[in-house]
Parts: sequence; C-alpha cells; structure tokens
Amino acid sequence: MIAVAPTPVWYLILAALLFSIGVVGVLVRRNPLVMFMCIELMLNAVNLSFVAMAKALGDIGGQTTVFFVLVVAAAEVVVGLGIIVSILRKRPNATADDLAELKG
Amino acid sequence: MQLLVFICAALMILAGAVGVIVRSHPVHAALSLVLTLFGVAVLFVAQDAHFLAAVQVIVYAGAIVVLFLFVIMLLGVDRAESLRIDPVKVQRPLAAIVGFGIFGLVGGAIIEGRKTLIKRGAGIDSATATSHDSNIKQLATDLFSNHVFAFEVTSVLLVIAVVGTVLLARRPGKDGPVTPRDELEAAAQGGTNP
Repeated sequence: MIAVAPTPVWYLILAALLFSIGVVGVLVRRNPLVMFMCIELMLNAVNLSFVAMAKALGDIGGQTTVFFVLVVAAAEVVVGLGIIVSILRKRPNATADDLAELKG
Repeated sequence: MQLLVFICAALMILAGAVGVIVRSHPVHAALSLVLTLFGVAVLFVAQDAHFLAAVQVIVYAGAIVVLFLFVIMLLGVDRAESLRIDPVKVQRPLAAIVGFGIFGLVGGAIIEGRKTLIKRGAGIDSATATSHDSNIKQLATDLFSNHVFAFEVTSVLLVIAVVGTVLLARRPGKDGPVTPRDELEAAAQGGTNP
C-alpha cells in the first residue's frame, strides 16, 4: 500500500477539470435549466480550489470566502430560476437560441 | 487512506459533472449534479472544512437541487431533449477547444506556481478528540471579526433576491392591477372614461 497523501496541486487540478466541464456544458447545452446547472458546477470548482488553498496556505480566509460564495449562489439560483419560470411559462419549449427578444 | 478518499471523491465529482452535460433528460442532469455536490462535500471534509461540508450538503443538495427539480416538474419541461441535432455546426468542436484551452491554461498555471503553495498563515485547526468544533469556532471568529460588514451586506442581498423573485414569478391576478404596467394601463383607461 503506497502511502501517498494527495497534495494541494491534485485538488487544484481536479477543480480546473470540473470548471472546464462546466464551461463546455454552458457552451453546448441549449436547455436554460441545464445551463444553470453547469454554472453551479463552475461555482463548485471555485469553492473546491478556495478550500484547497485555505488548507495549503494555512489561512481560514479561504473558507470564509466559500461561505459568501454559497450565499451568493443561493440568491443567484433563486433569481435565475424566477426569470426562467417567467420565460418558460409564456413559451414552454424555449431554448437558449430562442431568447433573442431583447435584440434591437 | 487519504489517497483512496481523494480518488473516490474525484471519480464521483467527474462522473456527476459529465452526467450533467451529457444526460438529455433534465431530471437526470439534476440528479447527476447531486453526485458532484456530494463529492465536493467529501473533499471539503478531507480538507478540514467540516462546517462548509455540512452547509454544502444542506444548501446545495438540499435546497438548490430541490429547487431545480421543483421548477422542472412544475413547468413540465421534464422531456428528453434531443442531443443529436446541432443547430450551429461548429459549436461543439469550438466548445471542446475552449474547454481544453481553459483546462490547459489553468493547469499550466497551477503546475508552474506549485512552489508558492507554502503555509504562511496561522493554519487551519483540525478537529481533535477534545475539541470537535474547532473548525466552526475558527471560521466564526474570522467571519464575525474581519468580515462583519460583508456579512451584513449578504443579508441585504438575500432580502433583495427574495423580494425580486416574488415580483418576477407572481402570476397576474384577475381582480385588479398587479404589475406597474397594468396599473398604468388602468390609469390610462380611467383617464379616457370620465
């Protein structure tokens, strides 16, 4: 049994991978709800790297920042889902391509 | 043991993340998101962030994903979306290039700057047999001594979000004006009919 403890670099690489998957999801998917979930993936990647940095640098400030990110993410989801509900109520099969009504 | 935990959690996170972007059914995507969020919570525990792990499970998996599922079921958009059609031909290759580019840039920066990851703060208190709540105490001390103003602003943000959502999602009623535009129209009609 190899006793190798994962270093902070591993956590940061994993967070970078998770963030990239989220970016690809936002760019590829057309359902606004799934795009929103991909934004959550990116937020979680950033949270993971904040916690890894807090552990590596020995500073609790990283964990405090994650606390605020959680609150802002909750507020963002509430407002975003409110907007999506009011759009999808008018046109039930709307995709992200259809939402060009504000274009001048 | 730590390595085993890391590998299992990393597999959970990556499987869930890939599931979110390849599952055609929105409900399946939301459940894959739960897998990712639990994996992140496990890694939080492995990094001595016990309070954040609990909050992650309660707020993300408990509230946000339930809100997603609620909206999916409420609006009746729980139909599988066809992933075969690709409206813009170059969209997926370009998205893959952008994804690999971001991963390459960030990964290169991490590898390049790994020497600077040295301990320079006071350190994170880990739970011991005598003090189980050292992480909560340390986090609360930092939050309520260095970040009190940000904490108060956060409460204002939450109130604004709740009021804004109620205003956005309210259905126009039958009896009387509810939106500002309705009130304006009602006032205009009242003005034309003396």
